[in-house]
Amino acid sequence: MNRETPLRLLTICTVVIFSVFLIRLWQLQILKGDQYLEQSLRNRVRIFRISAPRGIIYDRKGVKLVKNVPYYIASILPDVSEAEIDIEGLAELLGMSEEDIRKKLKGKKGQRLEPIRLKGGLDFEDVARIEARRSDFPGLIIETEISRYYNFGKTAAHVVGYLGKPTKEQLSMEDFKNLPEDTMVGRWGAEAMFDKQLRGRAGMKFVEVDALGRQLRTLRIIPPEKGEDLYLSIDINTQIVAEKAFQRRSGALLAIEPSSGEVIALVSLPSFDPNMFIKGIKPKQWLKLKRHPGHPLINRVFQSQYPPGSVFKLITAIAAMEEGLVNKNFKVHCKGFIEVGQWRFRCWKDRGHGIVDMKRAIVESCDVYFYELGRITGIDRIAKYAYAFGFGRPPGLGLSPEKKGLIPTTSWKLKTKGRPWYLGETFNAAIGQGYVSVSPAQAALLISAIANGGTVYKLQLLKNAEPEIISRLVMRPETLKTMKDALYGVVNQKGGTGFRAYSEHFSIAGKTGTAQVVALSPNERNLPRDHAWFVAYAPSSKPEIALSVFVEHGGNGGEAAAPIAKRVIEAYLLERDTDETNKGS
Amino acid sequence: MKPIRVLKKLKGLLLLKDKFDWMIVLIPVIITVLGIMTIYSATRPIIGVKHPAFYIRQTIWLIIGIVSMAAVSLFDYRRLIKLSYFIYIFALILLLLTLVVGHAGMGAQRWLRIGPIGFQPSEFFRICLLIAIAGYLSRQISPLRSIPFVVLIGVFGVLPFLILYLQPDLGSAILILSMVVAVTLIKGINRRLLVTSVVVIIVTAPFLGNVLWKEMKQYQKNRLVAFINPKVDPKGIGYQIEQSKVTIGSGRLFGKGYLKGTQGPLRFLPEKHTDFVFAVFAEEWGFFGSVILLALYALIILRGFETALYAKDDFGFLLATGISIMFLIYLSVNIGMAMGLMPVVGVPLPFFSYGGTALVTNFIGIGLLNNIRMRRYELFY
Repeated sequence: MNRETPLRLLTICTVVIFSVFLIRLWQLQILKGDQYLEQSLRNRVRIFRISAPRGIIYDRKGVKLVKNVPYYIASILPDVSEAEIDIEGLAELLGMSEEDIRKKLKGKKGQRLEPIRLKGGLDFEDVARIEARRSDFPGLIIETEISRYYNFGKTAAHVVGYLGKPTKEQLSMEDFKNLPEDTMVGRWGAEAMFDKQLRGRAGMKFVEVDALGRQLRTLRIIPPEKGEDLYLSIDINTQIVAEKAFQRRSGALLAIEPSSGEVIALVSLPSFDPNMFIKGIKPKQWLKLKRHPGHPLINRVFQSQYPPGSVFKLITAIAAMEEGLVNKNFKVHCKGFIEVGQWRFRCWKDRGHGIVDMKRAIVESCDVYFYELGRITGIDRIAKYAYAFGFGRPPGLGLSPEKKGLIPTTSWKLKTKGRPWYLGETFNAAIGQGYVSVSPAQAALLISAIANGGTVYKLQLLKNAEPEIISRLVMRPETLKTMKDALYGVVNQKGGTGFRAYSEHFSIAGKTGTAQVVALSPNERNLPRDHAWFVAYAPSSKPEIALSVFVEHGGNGGEAAAPIAKRVIEAYLLERDTDETNKGS
Repeated sequence: MKPIRVLKKLKGLLLLKDKFDWMIVLIPVIITVLGIMTIYSATRPIIGVKHPAFYIRQTIWLIIGIVSMAAVSLFDYRRLIKLSYFIYIFALILLLLTLVVGHAGMGAQRWLRIGPIGFQPSEFFRICLLIAIAGYLSRQISPLRSIPFVVLIGVFGVLPFLILYLQPDLGSAILILSMVVAVTLIKGINRRLLVTSVVVIIVTAPFLGNVLWKEMKQYQKNRLVAFINPKVDPKGIGYQIEQSKVTIGSGRLFGKGYLKGTQGPLRFLPEKHTDFVFAVFAEEWGFFGSVILLALYALIILRGFETALYAKDDFGFLLATGISIMFLIYLSVNIGMAMGLMPVVGVPLPFFSYGGTALVTNFIGIGLLNNIRMRRYELFY
């Protein structure tokens, strides 16, 4: 029997088979090894997020403004095959459309280790209902994230803000990258402004699972890092008083520390309840807020601008004095109007003030006196001082979008209107009407700068923040003294327009303003026509608080806005006094 | 027995020891030890339940296997020629018995129970079949003529095929049939016969294929479909093949390390300690380890062919060739399946997969190879 031939054939056969195996091994383990290793990892590892407790926001005295509450999300584990998911049942259980669920599942399966989030904002009842039926839905789990409860509700809503799903703009920012869906981020107020600090860092739990999806053991835990706590410069008690003092009227208030720019109270009314946003606001509620005629979602302190009215006379006065054109003894005879050519410019007091000097002109807010000052000084020089006090540019706090207001100049008019500047326009601008517009925040910066002797500080929302100087105007002592005397007189002197801000406890200095509203919309017809302004600081000798009050359609500044300022100042300073007494004893 | 004769016998055994082919004896033992280690790793529980005793049982089977191998080495293999038909009839009876009183496992009756021990006659059968064919063919002239050819195909091929098919154990049936064909071709058949059988096969193939497809169980059909397109549904039909590839591939060059494999213990890989045990080994030892393991197998098979070449007689030649072919076929089918080169056929990897009957059967095969090699220079008595 021939042995060699068949054995040789068999040997060749063997060599071929083993060579094929070697090539295949090379292909599987060397060429595709990394890919298969990853696949085996994906088989066995699931990643669960451990959300980080968000930093707590306190007021300047350590009162908790927010607390963390759980936020439940229904998710599905990624290893459940599409065929196993009862989409119809799931849609019913979660109250979603089947299409929505399909959209969320689509294209994500198989490529991820984390659960796919289907629906957030579940309340406790939802969770209980889902838990009860979880066995019917393989892979359905409840994840917990952290959301907020706002202890003071509507109060300080525009300061504290609220959380929500990140907006498209936020998602395109570096800070917000790699956030899982349904993560709550700051959307407004301090929550948004300091989101990065407050957010902390989510932890991760790597869990080993077997082929049946059972979680066998935790491989690794990256613990979450709690977000930083924030101490805002806001004094919540002053804030409460301030919001109440508006008595349901719309308006804005910004109270700051003149020595640092720290915000003590920030009011924008009407407001909203940030707790509505906790579980993801319902479209209906959102529309209601959006369409509310009072625009509650706008932070009026920064986002609205109005003619400052007589408040602006302070700028005109300072400009005239600093330019050396007049001194405090400069006198004008007010007979109730001034005539330029065929035009007649009226003082608010028809009878006229008679002969007035600088101080009386401010105290009694004589328009004719400032027409005269305007004529002497000229709009461009007035504008220069307005800029020096922070007008015409955004204050730059970053709490909300900011309007920059408008301070007109001759060149501005030529450029935008294509027409030369008229003297009559200077008259209007000199008393804060016409083209001039400022935001309540800018008005507060002006009065704060006068209170501290000429320094415009950057606004600060955090307690004990390093003060930053935006600009400093070195005024002649005479100018400053005249202004301070006059502002004191406005509140404390007979005939002063701001007498309603008079306080028995503290010496308050301030200035009224009334912004004329040119046209009224039909539904505003029952309201007083004009907007009321009041800017003030106290104590007049050593100011600790400076504020601007703006009441929409409040009418006369002295009547509507001054009492609010008084209450806020009293609340703040009284509380400070009690604190100091307590500390002393 | 008288003491003197016992002593003489023992002395003879001692002399025999020097002629042992240690290579062919030791390599299977090494492979089996690696196999037990891999079974231990593959079946280790991840959370604190008791470790299944597979590795202990396999160790016991290894000892039984070594003893069987030694025993089979000692007597002169040529005595088997006379016994070959009895052995074959005995094995056939065992096989038939499984049909009658067998225990079902995985939808097939493959087991016989003797007390606590499960016994798989289909595994034991293949070595008996090889002895019988070698015995029969060694008495026929070469090339084979038609009558012996028909007898051979009928008695040694079709008959066991049908019994195994009825169990049903299609995998073993096909493998055993292919062994028979291979050994027959080694013996050589004349050209006319070869042409005739090829024509017969081609003519009947569509018909047989059709019958086979209709008779196949659903899981068998699924395996075939999955082999052709594993991506059909990675969690369903193609799952096993895909996971086996993932398991092997994830070992990369040096492997994840012993007891560090995850695919088996976490049950992503099915049949981790039996049909897919090679994948578990490749996962933990990588390309490096797998190549060494394959080299060990290659050594056994090539040594087997060498043994056949120098065998004293035709029976030894045919038997040694048959045993080597058996190893080659089982190994190719198993590893080919694990690597996704072949459809899933439930065939154990020789010496490596968990399973006592197969292990002992394979050691008997090694014992026979050793026996044939030891006696290549002996004179006929």
